[in-house]
Amino acid sequence: MTNLQKLLNAAATLCGFYALVTGIGALSPALLVAAGLVIAGGLRLSPVLAGAWPGAWSIVMRSQFDLLISFVAAGAVLAALHDGMAGAVWAIAIAAWLHGWLAVEKTIADDARSMGHNWVVSLGVPLFFGFWLLFFWEALTIGLGIPTVLLPPPSMIGARLVSSTAILMADFRQTFLKAVLAGYAIGCGSAVLVAILVDRNDFLRRGLLPIGNFISALPIIGVAPIMVMWFGFDWQSKAAVIVIMTFFPMMVNTLSGLSAASVMERDLLNTYAAGYWQSLFKLRLPAAMPFIFNALKINSTLALIGAIVAEFFGTPIVGIGFRISTEVGRMNLDMVWAEIAVAALAGSASYGALSLLERRVTFWHPSYRTE
Amino acid sequence: MTKSSSSSTVIKAEKLNLDFETNDGVVHALRDLDLEIEAGEFVSFIGPSGCGKTTFLRVIADLETPTAGSIAVNGQTPDQARLARAYGYVFQAPALLSWRTINRNISLPLEIMGLSRAEQQERVERTINLVGLDGFGGKFPWQLSGGMQQRASIARALAFDADLMLMDEPFGALDEIVRDHLNEQVLQLWKKTGKTICFVTHSIPEAVYLSTKIVVMSPRPGRITDVITSDLPDDRPLDIRETPKFLEIAQRVREGLREGHADE
Repeated sequence: MTNLQKLLNAAATLCGFYALVTGIGALSPALLVAAGLVIAGGLRLSPVLAGAWPGAWSIVMRSQFDLLISFVAAGAVLAALHDGMAGAVWAIAIAAWLHGWLAVEKTIADDARSMGHNWVVSLGVPLFFGFWLLFFWEALTIGLGIPTVLLPPPSMIGARLVSSTAILMADFRQTFLKAVLAGYAIGCGSAVLVAILVDRNDFLRRGLLPIGNFISALPIIGVAPIMVMWFGFDWQSKAAVIVIMTFFPMMVNTLSGLSAASVMERDLLNTYAAGYWQSLFKLRLPAAMPFIFNALKINSTLALIGAIVAEFFGTPIVGIGFRISTEVGRMNLDMVWAEIAVAALAGSASYGALSLLERRVTFWHPSYRTE
Repeated sequence: MTKSSSSSTVIKAEKLNLDFETNDGVVHALRDLDLEIEAGEFVSFIGPSGCGKTTFLRVIADLETPTAGSIAVNGQTPDQARLARAYGYVFQAPALLSWRTINRNISLPLEIMGLSRAEQQERVERTINLVGLDGFGGKFPWQLSGGMQQRASIARALAFDADLMLMDEPFGALDEIVRDHLNEQVLQLWKKTGKTICFVTHSIPEAVYLSTKIVVMSPRPGRITDVITSDLPDDRPLDIRETPKFLEIAQRVREGLREGHADE
């Protein structure tokens, strides 16, 4: 065990003792069991015991046991949350977290020693982080009695997600499937085409680039109401805002991508007497792909922000942005958070899908190469 | 040893001049170059950096335009010759497209020239075999060593069967052993295919080992100081480099290079 692991274990064990001593009469049976488990789990890792039964003990030493202890203790804390949080409960919560951390430390250390890629570890660690973030969010908001208007506990947001699925789906459809996808596709697609034109024509390069710079500096807050006047209340005006937001990053990236092919590679195509379109499709566009994907990823987040903000300025009575602005006014903060969660999920999913696609398309790029 | 029975001129340069405008004034990259290259010759261009040997190759390939004088490639202007795909060019670096496999890199010129799929495949197989890369066609360039990459780029230049090969220090970045090996292979290729090869190098042994004709050049302004016709036998094992004949020619090249430097 490393020093950090020893420290984590010792701290968790101390927390367990503290909980047991201060709360022996007051704690629920589940919490008492949790405290006992934490202490037992901590002691099993002590060098004295490990030396006593070196053979059989190695199975009990595994990180899965730490994880189990941690989740049992966390569960006991969550179950007891609404009865008020005594110091002993906090101690168990902290002990549970420390044990979880210890489990992750051990797993990562094992993973670093082993060859190859372990999907369980690379997916499990962020999930684990997410779990503890939600756990302490829940424990702190309920335990400290924070007003739900300021910050609702995740369980309340979760309940809202489940009970209002129909509304959330309708909002998602309106904002994401209509406005974001359309705006994103039109903005990115037209920017690539315009970049190819600009690249070919010096007049456009000199004339259009500065104007593009200017447009990209426009504050969307100011443009959004105008787009609503032009394109109406429905998703079309939101798509228009997204087109304005995404166009310039894509055009600039595509332009630099189009000049990414080396002079030697262009000379090579020249020696074959390749035409403009041949060298565009066989050399320059493939070489530009890393740049284009860069812009696609930047734009995927920009597009979502643009759609939500644009809905603050007029919309039919559906949409993520519309719901956020109206439910804030009605103090239904759990609904606001539920919408935020939906938007965050949609944003992460599209970013993740783009990253996967990028790996497939630009597998040859030095940052993705596998021998 | 002229191989060509029906001796025809492939390249003919007369009073060829090329000046570059730079911030420090005009640089005379080529000054009054006169040269004729016959079909089937293996011509090396040797000289220190800045002597215009690469520039001359690029003029032949229509990648640079001369400022004065005339040059003909197969009796045409370089532009016409390029459009007629008269030559294969091998650059200093392999310049393989990293998103294409070796096979698809070799077929790149064939795709551009609009050959049929079957024809492409047949030619790729033939040339990949010629450079000894069988079995590596499905690999990506970055999965191969530098020497193999350069061999793939030679295969690519051979694939469309131009009669003229222009090679610009193709092995400059490789180590001595790999270089010896590839030199042998290039020589065999030349014998097998009967192509005309223009080969830029700054290694004296490489130039003497490979060539039937050695063009010695000197810098500032870039010009030809000597043209040496080699009478080494057709069959050249690597240890020919220790024979008196070889050393004699090498000595003459060295003197030509020194002469070019003396009047600086």
